Formats: sequence, C-alpha cells, structure tokens
Amino acid sequence: MTTSRRTFLTLVGGGAVAAGLAACGGTSGPKSSGGSTGGGAAGSGATYWSLTGQPQQAIREAQVKRFNDANPNTKIKQTEFQNDAFKQKIKTAIGAGQGPTLIWGWGGGGLKAYVEAGQVEDLTDWLGQQPDLKNSIFPSAFTAATVNGKIYAVPGETVTPIVLFYDKRAFDKIGAQPPQSWGDIMDLVPKFNDKGIAPFSLGGQSRWTNMMWLEFLFDRIGGSEVFQNIFDGQPDAWSDPSALKALDEMQKLIKANGFIKGFSSITADSNADQALLYTGKAAMMLHGAWTYGGMKGSGKDFVTGGHLGYMNFPPVDGGKGDPSDTVGNPGQYMSISSKASQAEKDTAKKFIANNTLDDATVDAWVKSGNIPVVKSAKDKLSSITDKNDAEWLKFVYDTAANAKNFAQSWDQALSPTAAETLLDNIAKLFQLSISPQQFASSMNAVIGK
Amino acid sequence: MVVPALAMFVVFGIVPLVGVLLLSFAQWDGLGAIHTAGISNWRTVLSDPALPHTVLVTFEIMFLSWAVQTPLSLLLGVFLAGRQRYRALLAVLYFVPLLLSSAAIAITYKALLDPNFGLGPGLHLDFLTQDWLGKGNLAVGVVIFVVSWQFIPFHSLIYQGGVRQIPTTMYEAAAIDGAGRIRQFFSITVPQLKYTIITSSTLMVVGSLTFFDLIFILTAGGPGDATRVLALDMYKRGFQANLMGPASVIAVLLVVLGLILALVLRRLGGSTTASQQEGA
Repeated sequence: MTTSRRTFLTLVGGGAVAAGLAACGGTSGPKSSGGSTGGGAAGSGATYWSLTGQPQQAIREAQVKRFNDANPNTKIKQTEFQNDAFKQKIKTAIGAGQGPTLIWGWGGGGLKAYVEAGQVEDLTDWLGQQPDLKNSIFPSAFTAATVNGKIYAVPGETVTPIVLFYDKRAFDKIGAQPPQSWGDIMDLVPKFNDKGIAPFSLGGQSRWTNMMWLEFLFDRIGGSEVFQNIFDGQPDAWSDPSALKALDEMQKLIKANGFIKGFSSITADSNADQALLYTGKAAMMLHGAWTYGGMKGSGKDFVTGGHLGYMNFPPVDGGKGDPSDTVGNPGQYMSISSKASQAEKDTAKKFIANNTLDDATVDAWVKSGNIPVVKSAKDKLSSITDKNDAEWLKFVYDTAANAKNFAQSWDQALSPTAAETLLDNIAKLFQLSISPQQFASSMNAVIGK
Repeated sequence: MVVPALAMFVVFGIVPLVGVLLLSFAQWDGLGAIHTAGISNWRTVLSDPALPHTVLVTFEIMFLSWAVQTPLSLLLGVFLAGRQRYRALLAVLYFVPLLLSSAAIAITYKALLDPNFGLGPGLHLDFLTQDWLGKGNLAVGVVIFVVSWQFIPFHSLIYQGGVRQIPTTMYEAAAIDGAGRIRQFFSITVPQLKYTIITSSTLMVVGSLTFFDLIFILTAGGPGDATRVLALDMYKRGFQANLMGPASVIAVLLVVLGLILALVLRRLGGSTTASQQEGA
C-alpha cells in the first residue's frame, strides 16, 4: 500500500524522477511471466501488458495464473513494465501495430486517442451479453470507459476517490471541529495559522495536486455539469460563471495563506505532502485515497493511533453541486486491441469475463487494503480485522458506491494536449500569476483539442 | 575505419535529424497516422506568446552558468595544475560531483532545499530556510548553482591540462623581468589558455542548451514557467502534450541554435590554427 498516485495515473510529469529512481533500483526492465507459448500448444493465446508494483502486480499475476491453469490451450502471456516505461512503450507499440491483445490503461482521454486511431475494440455489445459482469461493477466507473456512447474498456481493479484528510490532534489544539462547509474552511485558516500550523498541506510542484482542489470546487459550486460541458467540448465552457467563481475562491484561499509555505516547490512523488500532515506541520490535506497506506506505513502512530480523520469534500454555501459527488480514479481499465486475431480477442474476452473481477480477485484487493470496483466488495469488508483499516475501507466503499457522480481526474479525462495546458495554467493560477479570467481564456482555447 | 564510423553517424545522427525536420512539418500525436501539416507547426510555435520567455530563460541560464563557471573553473584549474601531492588529492575530491548522475544530484538538492524538511529547517538556519524552488528568481539561481556545482570539476580538469601545457620558461622569463604572480596570471596564463577557454566555453554554452534532466527534476520548469528552458519545452510539448510536430520544431531550433553558437565561438577563437607551442 505504499503506492503513489503515479501507479494509477498516466501523468508523465516527473517521469524522469521515476525513471532515474527505477534505473538505480534496476527494476525498470520488462519482466515476462505466465504462460509460455512454447511447444506449439498455445497458438490462440493472447498477450497482456501491465504494470509492476505491489500489491497490484501479484494480484494481476494470480489472475493470469488462474486463467492459464484453466485454459492450457489458450494461455495468456503477461509482460510487466515499470509505470513510466509502460506509458511510453504501449503508445509506441500500439502506434506501430505491435501492441498487446489486452491493453491495460486509465481510460479517459488516453482511451479516446486509441479509439480515434481505431486501435481498440468496441465492447458495448459483448458487455451487453455479460450482464453479471456488467451489473457487478460500479456504474460510475463506465463513464471513463465510454467514448461517443460506446464502451471500449472494461473497468477493473480499484476505486480511489480524492478525500479530505485531517489530523485530529491539530483540531484539538485549536479547539475546533472539522469543516462542514467551504465557509468553515476559510474560517479555520487564520485559526491554524495563529497556532503556527499550516491549514493545508499541498505538493504544488506536481500540479495535479492543485487540480484536485479545482475538481471539487467546480463540482460543489456549479455541479457536475460544469466539467461535463468542458469534457463535451462546448465552446467557452471554462468561462461558466460557476467556474470563474471556483477559480476566484481558490485564489482567495491561497491569498489567505491556506497552504503551507513553499507549497509550490513540494512534490507529491516524494510523499513530502503526506509527511507534512502526519508530522503535525499541516492540519489538513486533500489527496487521493492511495495515500492512506503511505501514511500508515511512514507516519508512526498517526494512523494506528487513530489521529487520522477523513471526510468527503464539504459543500460550498449556495453551491449547486451534490455533496455526495466525488472525483478521482473510478477504476483502471482493460481494452482489447482491434488488430488482434479473432482467436486472440476471444481469449482476451474470456479472461476479462472470468478472471479480472472474480471472487478471488475481489478478496485479494480487499486484503491488500483497496476497494475493488465491484459492489461485492462490501461483503468482504467484514473480514478485515484491523479496526482502522476496516473503518477506512468502509468509508472508501461508501464514498465510491454512494457518489451520485464520480468524476474522473481532469488530466485523465481530457486529451493529453488539453491536460498539459491545464496543468501549466493551474500552476500559474496557484502562483497567482494569472487571474481566473486569464485562466479561463487560455483553457477555452484548447477545448476539444 | 572511416566507413563504419560514417555509417554509424548517418544512421544515428543524420537520419534522426532528417526525421525530426520532416516531423516538424507534420501533425502527429505519436499514436495514429502522420499527416502533413505544412508550416502550421512552425507558425504555432513561433507565434506562441510563451516562446520569447522560454528563449529568454534558456539564454539567461546559459549566460549566467557560463559566467559563474568560467572564472571559478579557471582559478581552480590553475591551482590544481601545481604538482604537489595534496593538490592531486584535492583534484580527485573536486571531481566527485561529475561522477554523480544529474538525476541523483537533482533529487539530492531538492531534498536539501526543501523548505520544511531540508537542510535549513533541520539545522535551524533561517537564511537557508527559503522557498528555494517556489520563487522564480530563487529557482533560476538554484539551477545555476547546481549546474555549476556539477560541471565546474570537468572544466577545472580541462584548464588544469591547459595550464600544464604552458612552457615553464615563459614564467621563468617573466619572473626575471620582475612580474608578480598576478601579473603572470593575466599576461601569460590567460592568453596562453585562449583556446582552452574557447573549448570549455563551447562545451558549456552548447551543453546548456540540453539541460533537461536536472531542471526537470529540480523544478519541472516551475514555478509557473520561470525555469522552462527550450529542451524542457520540447519534452513537454512532445511527450506530455502529445504534440510531436511542434516539439520537433523546437528540436530543430535547438540544433540550429547549437550550431550557430558553436560557430560563433570558433570565430571568436580566431581563424588561425597555428600552434602556440614553443618552437612549433
């Protein structure tokens, strides 16, 4: 559970850091496992590229092993790559027509690029014939798998919403309660600053960390349709009055010293932002559910001692958004290459249907401290013995399952071109070097690109 | 031996160069088909309001890192050119930064300069506790400092070699004429090192065009775009924004810029290739 967001997201930013580190550790090379195609017995097998990194890697390997044991004549050959190497490699391979049968991915804008290049199979009809599989998955996870009304990927693996974490000890120190609204947040800022505690931790150099704030403010102020309009490519959608208000509120919080001093030089890759929270230097942190494991592992008694609090992002007074909405990663996705042979496609479909969200997999995900993207995860929660973990997993499950709208992270949902412009402009917005209007007009220029 | 070398140069030097030039006139997201785009990429990049700033930052970092490194490397090189044992030992110690990879150096400095967990707060040194990488001017300063820290050893080595080539008879003659050490330095050492200075400066200037890994890890071009140099701009356009065409335009610009700078520096060195060696 020491997974950073990097494992989940397709951001290339900071790639050299990870590549450099991986080179030091010597773990960046691909690693093949699973069924061998030797002996000429497995002529109609399929290939599957996925990521290294625990605990996900072991769970995926077990899936392939179960499939290959049950289907000795149509084995799947699995190849694993370190995260950043994977992103480059898969794009190049698909572009060159050398991609694997089963394409592991993050959905959203990246998937859309595959669809537009005609590289992935339309799975709408096939999924319609698999009602058990389709109905077991959280419906919200399909949004990022759907392009122009058709489903091109099957959601799998885990849900990781963005959560407002806080340090209960910090609130005791100022004698206050966790915020119930955006107004509470603004009121808490001077109180924490007076006590020498930063109100919020933020790894601003990573840029997507800042983006999480905007995702929630857009939703809470204007409702989920504000970003939906942007995603749908409506002209000038970034200049929506709710969007401008959200951008303005954001800059108000920055000007009020809501974030830790020097936030724009802190990166999330080094987990320094989490450390600020568990060492008591900051009171709150808006971050992905994947940071729970890191804080538990590195924060001494912060999690085990019951000091960590968490909640969904609070509503904004007068806002139109549904307070149950959440943002983050609604799942990871598997697509099938349209360039594969019919036999390979059949093997891949059989694997997806029988082995990616089966009982053994769901069990393994929950045991590893994650909520898989299926409703049956709830039945497994009672098997968790650690009180803190059980409470946490129930919270993540409820947040994901009850969300009226589970929006995919913007940088994933948008095309890589628009996402890069977005991240650059977000960095400038947080530097206060551009105004909300300037932000909106730069972003309007790349709508639909 | 010429043919294999030439073949390698064509395959790994000329072919990619031509490929990039062609790509700069194409529209490609790295995934689908490549379409010709005429000069639209060039127009996009050259009319980008952010481009002048990127070029300015590139030249700023190029010039400042040259201005910091050259005098320091020269002095260190002259110092290390002595034959004493301890100087040999110091030369080895000074050389260590060059042995580390840029990625490792960047990660280390990033950790040391962290405003909350770095060297400053750790040792309770307030002047070190700055938002080093979060303020534009400070971030540029840090980049230049780290680049200098990494590359001064290399250039000192070049100067050390250059100084050792200067005939000792020149210094002996100067000493007889009554020149002191400072006078000897400016009247003999520096003029004699003319070509060494040109070589070292060319390496610094052209090399600074390719500063990427260090800046990418240290600041990622930030804060805002305060340290966004051309090489970083190229990477961001190509591999983060999937715009291979505009990225290729930047790549071509970098190649042209590098060639021009190298030629200008060569010109500065004078067209004569005559040896300065005594008696040659």
